[in-house]
Amino acid sequence: MNRRVFFLIPLAVFLVLASYFAVGLTKDPKRLPSMLEGKPVPDFELKPIKGRDNKGFASTDLKGSVALVNIFGSWCVACRAEHPFLMDLKESGAVTIHGIDWREEDPDAGAAWLKKHGDPYALVGDDPKSRAAIAFGVTGAPETFLVDAKGVIRHKIVGPLNKKIWENTVKPMIERLRKIGAP
Amino acid sequence: MTAELGHFALILALFISVVQSAVPLVGAQLRYGPWIALAQPTAIIQFLLVTLAFGCLTHVYLISDFTVVNVVNNSHTDKPLIYKISGVWGNHEGSLLLWVLILSLFGAAVAVFGGNLPPTLKARVLAVQAMVAVGFYLFMLLTSNPFERIFPPPLNGQGLNPLLQDPGLAFHPPMLYLGYVGFSMAFSFAIAALIEGRVDATWARWVRPWTLAAWCFLTAGIALGSWWAYYELGWGGWWFWDPVENASFMPWLAGTALLHSATVAEKRDSLKGWTVLLAIITFSLSLLGTFLVRSGVLTSVHAFATDPTRGVFILVLLIIVIGGSLALYAWRGPQLTSTGLFQPVSREGALLFNNLVMTTAAAAVLLGTLYPLLLDALGGGKVSVGAPFFNAVFIPMMIPMIVAMAIGPFLHWKRSDVIPALLRLRLAFGAALLTGLLAFMAHQDAPVLGAIALALGVWLALGAVTELASRIRLFQIPLGDALRRVTRLPRASWGMTLGHVGLAVSIIGMAGAGAWTVESIQAMKPGDRVMVSGYEFTFDGAKAGNGPNYSVVAGKFTVRRNGEHVTNLAAEKRIYAVSKQPTTEAAIHTTLAGDLYAVLGDPEGANGAYVTRLYFNPLVIWMWIGTLIMVFGGAISLTDRRHRVGAPKRSRADAAVQGA
Repeated sequence: MNRRVFFLIPLAVFLVLASYFAVGLTKDPKRLPSMLEGKPVPDFELKPIKGRDNKGFASTDLKGSVALVNIFGSWCVACRAEHPFLMDLKESGAVTIHGIDWREEDPDAGAAWLKKHGDPYALVGDDPKSRAAIAFGVTGAPETFLVDAKGVIRHKIVGPLNKKIWENTVKPMIERLRKIGAP
Repeated sequence: MTAELGHFALILALFISVVQSAVPLVGAQLRYGPWIALAQPTAIIQFLLVTLAFGCLTHVYLISDFTVVNVVNNSHTDKPLIYKISGVWGNHEGSLLLWVLILSLFGAAVAVFGGNLPPTLKARVLAVQAMVAVGFYLFMLLTSNPFERIFPPPLNGQGLNPLLQDPGLAFHPPMLYLGYVGFSMAFSFAIAALIEGRVDATWARWVRPWTLAAWCFLTAGIALGSWWAYYELGWGGWWFWDPVENASFMPWLAGTALLHSATVAEKRDSLKGWTVLLAIITFSLSLLGTFLVRSGVLTSVHAFATDPTRGVFILVLLIIVIGGSLALYAWRGPQLTSTGLFQPVSREGALLFNNLVMTTAAAAVLLGTLYPLLLDALGGGKVSVGAPFFNAVFIPMMIPMIVAMAIGPFLHWKRSDVIPALLRLRLAFGAALLTGLLAFMAHQDAPVLGAIALALGVWLALGAVTELASRIRLFQIPLGDALRRVTRLPRASWGMTLGHVGLAVSIIGMAGAGAWTVESIQAMKPGDRVMVSGYEFTFDGAKAGNGPNYSVVAGKFTVRRNGEHVTNLAAEKRIYAVSKQPTTEAAIHTTLAGDLYAVLGDPEGANGAYVTRLYFNPLVIWMWIGTLIMVFGGAISLTDRRHRVGAPKRSRADAAVQGA
């Protein structure tokens, strides 16, 4: 009889998978928000990147005010495309931007890149081994997370942040979050 | 008129396959000759009807008949002829038609060439094949009719997704489908065996060539896909663990396992229940591959059909096919008893180890691909799992397997000893160690994994060659005699050697391109020079122009090394007129040592400067050369005498003689 049970296992595994599939199908496939939306940022503590400052960047830095967390890398061309907008954003003072320098092979590359193209970030953490990136569920760079004053992720932007996304989505969300956050 | 003819042929094919799926099956059960014999003509007629339907669809594409919705959505009069043809299967409906065309082609092949199969087995195989076909015909006719008309017809079509307008991708789907659908044969044989309650050497001997052929096509298809990603997506990468890539990779892993376990089933009368299960799993993963791409459950660059009703239909189809066959397996599987016993350390043991790693790897890829979906079902929201997960899980699993891959062929059937095998491999071991150390010292700043992978590649390649040498007893008997033995080696053993060498070569390519790529991203004005890995790239400026159905900006580079001219590269950015979608055409200069790879980005400022990305990808071409060797090995093995002769009764004697 034991032998029979053994032959039943594949069927049982399949049925479990199939029922998940069935539920998954009822969801809209076009939307791909982060699983972390509405959840606190994952715990991370990143060392500073070489040649910038000694501060580093940790999840505890995200408590207290609304901020953007931008995943970038000197190797990432789309980040280069996004960069001028982040600089404008910094100039305008609309929101604090923190950076996670992702998968840098050369430890000096991140700071050099920021020196060359401008540095829009308040804090920058070095993530060469994708520790924080995996915790954030990052699929590629650039990605930007909107984090509220309590350290809860509110929105995720996949790909370069630009004026259109900023005006239509991110800026209104930030204003709303600030209103709720005020006593 | 042509469209209606095609539609009608498709409906007829549905009815024929309903007959083919029921009558021979009942006939085989009742041992009623005429009903059994019906399997053959129905399979052939079904194939002819689908061929007609496919011909009709191709025709409406060629004449750009814009009264057919499918043509409107996917074609355009300005499109070059080859892409009008590839447009036939470059879309959801057409690709399904290609799917059933290949399915019925394989069915017809069994009907025509399966003369030496036991008639009841043949009838059951074709009936199962037809059942799968019924599901697909219904799916097409009810949800995805390629022949649907539109009124009033528009003046011109919307063009094919420009990313798909590429020779590499024109032939990528047919190759993949030949692989996916090829596994349907192994599946049909497995189900037929479960119904018969018997798996013998004849059965395994029939399953193996089909699996092998499917495996060759799938390998070629995956290689084509990654080559396409390499030169078309312009990221310098060749594998992205994209759900669609995973969808083709999972059946490949399971199919590779099946290939090896079928050998054990054929030669040693062992692992039968497992082989049948693997056949079911492999085809299930192929179906899932089709499903993942077609339903849009997972978002990806390839997902060109996003429609929940279709998704629900495919889900039901999957549940019936996979759930039904696994239920049959649970019911009838315990009757498949194996007689061949073996010790853990033996050829069987090594092949079983391969099976365990391959299926675990397939399960890991499946989990990573479906995890986002599972999480969504649990209310965790949507997420996608990226390359870091897959690399972290997949690579550690492959390392012990590749180590074992060189040893396995030295082991004897039933029981063996590892020490003598290891002693014979001491040369390979020394060379691998040396290569790894040299690579490590040369690239100390690069990931150490590169050096490990390179060493593994050398180990596996030399291991396979050593095995060949010991098989012909090179240096043990006079050279002439040894060379004579080479010509008499069974082609299946050549297949194994080439398959393993091919993988080794691919691994070496992956090591180079994965670990030691040199990349340089910058803005370049005309005349600017950049050094990349000893090559000096000079940007000669970019010019705008026009192609047949796109506008283009071409950036020219001159590459020199030590002052000597190496090559000129022209990297393009295209914008397709109809869809306004941009694509990058990387400029690539391939050498055996590595590829020079240049991509033109966006203009920067007003002085004619552009963002450019320049790469040196060491050894990358070997990855594809390796897959070619694997496919070639598979093809050689397919021509093995025992597949051609296929005398079922001789299996035992043969196995003893060949010992392969």
